[in-house]
Amino acid sequence: MLELVDLSHTYGSYRAIDRVNLKVAQGEVVCIVGPSGCGKSTLLRSIAGLIKPTGGTVLLDGKPVAGSPENLAVVFQDYSRSLYPWMSALANVGLPLRRRGLDKKRRDAAAMAALEQVGLAGAAAKYPWEMSGGMQQRVSIARALAYQPKLLLMDEPFGSVDAQTREELEDLTLRVCAHHGMTILLITHDVDESVYVGDRVVVLSKAPGTVVGDLPVQLPGPRDQIHTRELEAFVRLRAEVGRLVRGMTPHRNTHGFGVETR
Amino acid sequence: MRRATSGVLRFWIVPVTLVLWELLTRVTESPYFPPPSRIATQFYDMWLSGPASQLLLTESALDTFGPSLGRLLAGWTIAGVLGIALGVALGRIRGLAEYTDPVLQFLRALPPPLLVPIFFVLFKIGTPTQLAVIVFGVIWPVLVNTTDGVRAVDKGFLETARVFQFSRYDILRRVILPSAMPKIFAGLRLSLSLALILMVVSELVGSNSGIGYSLLYAQQSYDYTGVWAHIVLLGVLGLLFNALFLVAEGRVLSWHANARRNV
Amino acid sequence: MPKVNGASLLRGLIGTAGLLAVLEAAGRLGAWDTERLPLVSTVLLRAGELLTDPEFLVSARSSLTTWALALLVTIAIAVPAGLLLGMVKPAEMAVRPLIEFLRPIPSVALIPLVILLYSETTHMRITVAVYAALWPVLINTIYGVRDVDPLAKETLRSFGFGPGSVAYRVVLPGAAPFIATGIRLAASVAIVLVVTSELIAGGIEGVGVYITIAQSGNRLDLMIGATILVGLFGILVNALLVAGENRLFRWHRARAGAAT
Ligand SMILES: Nc1ncnc2c1ncn2[C@@H]1O[C@H](COP(=O)(O)OP(=O)(O)OP(=O)(O)O)[C@@H](O)[C@H]1O
Ligand SMILES: [Mg+2]
Repeated sequence: MLELVDLSHTYGSYRAIDRVNLKVAQGEVVCIVGPSGCGKSTLLRSIAGLIKPTGGTVLLDGKPVAGSPENLAVVFQDYSRSLYPWMSALANVGLPLRRRGLDKKRRDAAAMAALEQVGLAGAAAKYPWEMSGGMQQRVSIARALAYQPKLLLMDEPFGSVDAQTREELEDLTLRVCAHHGMTILLITHDVDESVYVGDRVVVLSKAPGTVVGDLPVQLPGPRDQIHTRELEAFVRLRAEVGRLVRGMTPHRNTHGFGVETR
Repeated sequence: MRRATSGVLRFWIVPVTLVLWELLTRVTESPYFPPPSRIATQFYDMWLSGPASQLLLTESALDTFGPSLGRLLAGWTIAGVLGIALGVALGRIRGLAEYTDPVLQFLRALPPPLLVPIFFVLFKIGTPTQLAVIVFGVIWPVLVNTTDGVRAVDKGFLETARVFQFSRYDILRRVILPSAMPKIFAGLRLSLSLALILMVVSELVGSNSGIGYSLLYAQQSYDYTGVWAHIVLLGVLGLLFNALFLVAEGRVLSWHANARRNV
Repeated sequence: MPKVNGASLLRGLIGTAGLLAVLEAAGRLGAWDTERLPLVSTVLLRAGELLTDPEFLVSARSSLTTWALALLVTIAIAVPAGLLLGMVKPAEMAVRPLIEFLRPIPSVALIPLVILLYSETTHMRITVAVYAALWPVLINTIYGVRDVDPLAKETLRSFGFGPGSVAYRVVLPGAAPFIATGIRLAASVAIVLVVTSELIAGGIEGVGVYITIAQSGNRLDLMIGATILVGLFGILVNALLVAGENRLFRWHRARAGAAT
């Protein structure tokens, strides 16, 4: 449903991403990992229409996009700059639905349902500044869910919450998105997270970012924070992605994985 | 308990000053400086000895305050609406501020009281002219603060609005304006105190009603205590407006105070 | 405020010229009765002529002198008072309620009273202007003193300097940028109050009086011309004081991250 063709972006004379090619199928959860500053946010912002890429095209359902595409939601890394402090959680979640032509009652009901899904039904009347960071990020996710986008972009959504909340939110995302059948593009710099959450992990190189690896994640059935992370397949995949992120090429030999530096 | 006493202690200077002032004026017996007790009595007799149904205000108070406060509030409201509208335009429309900056700086530097005689020659003496003076004089703090506030809207807030495809109206009404509101309120508060000043000026220079006119009348009939009573009245009004405004601001902007406290 | 650079200056000029041209054209095409409200060009011309008109210059000199005196008196009262209140916290706490009561009294309301007190209009104008101009200097000075690094104060005190010395050597220079801002605001306020008191109280000289006389002759061209000159004077004073602040207090700007 989403296709990037030779997507490039240059800030002034600084090349942030270089000819990124990527195809994402309907309902897939794709994680993008890469070292800091490799252009992950730039990539996401190009897809979301927040910047106009200097080269290449973004195709959504085969059509090139210009501006912010419809049916797309973003969960930003910095929730404090994305939730409006002058509105309650409910109002924040319901606000984007005004565009959907729903009356106030239906909007509130939809927003409430989304807040319930993220376990914040009790905090609907709270303001963002009355909530912890994890709660705010949940509201952010609820807003995206209520909007029912076909494509959900997440930019290091769990980057600034503690480890335990992070695990909860990872599971939450997986659960509700499977439920809605959404396509997800999740950006992270955490190798572990990418393997745990993704159906596929795409690795970007150091700046200028370009795709250096695209690995399918084949892990058995409902994922679980403890058991899944213990699986041999998980550990192996994590190591492989880790090497790619660090700019090394894995190559197989009879003794398992060997590494050579590029 | 501690708070109560500290509250009393905080204001001890007020009764002390009043007593000293009373003693001093009684000793010197200058006609220009009547003792505060006499000012208070006259204040009460003129304006506050009315029936309870009128909040104790006398007929004379209603006749005097009514036109003044009406003009003040009307002028301030018009200036507020215009100032916010123009400020939003200047802050959001690229280039507009640059083209208009010198003209606005110049207009802002004109002392508003000097416009009173000009407007009086151009139009008739009367409420519309006085309103025009007040609006012209007090619009600037709102305009400047709105422009600043609207420019400073966090980029993150706007990007969220873009991603979720808010309508232009929603972006303005639910993102830009609320975000700029703390600054806008600061401007409105300053404007309110300026409006009081300009109300008095316009009534002193040419008017046949209102507090300024009544003050001039007291002066011309050598009623010095009356003159003092008017000055006290204007001070009280200034305090009152400020206090009311702060209460309103506290309600509207509770999110702002709290959001700031928490980070 | 947009940053001043070549391009924005040019745009400002274009905007100003455009507005003047439109107003001039509208006036010439009969948008209003130019007998009553003169053309832009007439008014600008008149404003220029006023600069060499002896009658106006006498008035202007009188207003200017009064303004300068008022500003000096303001500084002489408000800066020491602000230093004192800023350094002696109990004094500030005590006086604060008085300030809160006195500040909202519109200075112009004092004009009718002050007229009665002085037979001489210069004193009257100075009093009124000082009453209004006092507050920004006082408040900014108190604020500036608070802002002074307590460590610097302590250091000096530990070397055995008395409070007077500390005030002069550390507090005054430390608070100077704030005081300067207060004085700049006071300068604008004083201009307005000087001409306003002339307008209300009358008298024999002063720009306000000049405008009143022009008004009795229905000479809008002179009235507007004189008003424009007062406005330009305000801009000039403000610009000079800003430039002075920038020169003198570069260290302060650097520290405050070029705020304000
Ligand atoms: N607006 C901009 N103007 C100029 N350069 C920019 C801009 N935004 C980002 N860059 C540069 O582009 C490069 C990629 O930035 P980007 O934010 O996309 O990286 P990232 O992969 O998201 O990094 P991180 O993991 O730290 O979030 C960085 O070197 C950054 O300095
Ligand atoms: Mg990033």
